[in-house]
Amino acid sequence: MVNIIKKLLVSLFIIVAFVIYTSFKNENQQEIAVLPPPKNNQIIPAVPTTTSTREPVTSAPVSASTPTPAPTKPVNNGQYKDGSYTGPAADAFYGNIQVQAVISGGKITAVNFLQYPNDRETSIMINTQAMPYLQQEAIQAQSGNVNIVSGATDTSRAFIESLNSALTQAK
Amino acid sequence: MKQTRLIMGMPVTVEIVDKNVHPDSIEKVFDYFQYVDGKFSTYKNTSEITKINLGEIKKKDWSPDMKKIFKLSAETKKQTNGYFNIEQAGFFDPSGIVKGWAILNAAELLKKMGYKNYYVEAGGDIQVSGKNNKNQYWRIGIRNPFNRYQNVKIVSLKNRGIATSGTYIRGQHVYNPYLPKQSITDVVSLTIIGPNVYEADRYATAAFAMGKNGIAFIGKIKGLEGYMIDNKGQATFTGGFNNYVVHKNENN
Repeated sequence: MVNIIKKLLVSLFIIVAFVIYTSFKNENQQEIAVLPPPKNNQIIPAVPTTTSTREPVTSAPVSASTPTPAPTKPVNNGQYKDGSYTGPAADAFYGNIQVQAVISGGKITAVNFLQYPNDRETSIMINTQAMPYLQQEAIQAQSGNVNIVSGATDTSRAFIESLNSALTQAK
Repeated sequence: MKQTRLIMGMPVTVEIVDKNVHPDSIEKVFDYFQYVDGKFSTYKNTSEITKINLGEIKKKDWSPDMKKIFKLSAETKKQTNGYFNIEQAGFFDPSGIVKGWAILNAAELLKKMGYKNYYVEAGGDIQVSGKNNKNQYWRIGIRNPFNRYQNVKIVSLKNRGIATSGTYIRGQHVYNPYLPKQSITDVVSLTIIGPNVYEADRYATAAFAMGKNGIAFIGKIKGLEGYMIDNKGQATFTGGFNNYVVHKNENN
């Protein structure tokens, strides 16, 4: 009898711990606010930043295998059509991101993360907070007048030039 | 009026474009940098920081500015998840925070003297105020880390600060406190624009130590924008950075 109660208590503890863990994980994911722009903006039309993704999020845990069904609310007075929309997987610099936006009553009621980077310690640290929006390009020279130049401290310029010249002479 | 002097082992430049610049004003700014150097230079045997590192001054006898810098360093360490750390093997080197702090204080000196249009630059980190002599906001070039005679971006700043951390000139001068023996090779240059040069400088130092993740860290902080260049010449930049960039047709 005592053994059965013990077993029950242990399994109850594991279940409770798991529920707390999942809801905690879920909350972390919902913290993610700013999204990189989807490559095809017809799939997710202009996902609003910070505020709107936070307050109306549904309580169901987020998972790639169980996408939230499209809610059927009668009134639509917002700018979006109701339903669930999945964006393409986009390279977010530190890994791929794929989101699903759920529109209900014309408004975004949830943004689910189907993919997000979590393979490294640092990525996890970044993911638990709002995700920034980053862009990339190959550098190229921009010409034009400037008043000042920002660069790494360059006291050794003269030294390097002098050394180079010395080395040239040494050849 | 524009003058440059070598202080703290780097060129310090002050330019004031207001009318009726008093000839002593820029001198007072240079004097201030000399004062800071005398207190915080780890290369000087007589500096307060050297004496602290040698255990010659008790904490209760530290100068108010020294206490202030240690307080700001502790604050920054916390805000950057430990990536900003002035302590290395029991020795303190606060140069990663002193520079931006000193530039900002120097700019405040000019403000108190009544000037409105000026900049203070030390070793590539800059605080600007007002406009240049063409009545534009100050134009700052971000140096190409692979070619020092070229800029990769030109930004226009209104009462802001900008700082660049890099490996390309002095060699490795920032390290990752979590992996002190591993050199930071991915990122060659990281430029931060902030509400002032103190913020820009301390976050540039900390984010540079984070390697490629540094730019994402900057992107999360309100009021900061960053432009990172990796060793392959690829740039990654924050969402609002382009708002500062001078468009090609606005040049000159």
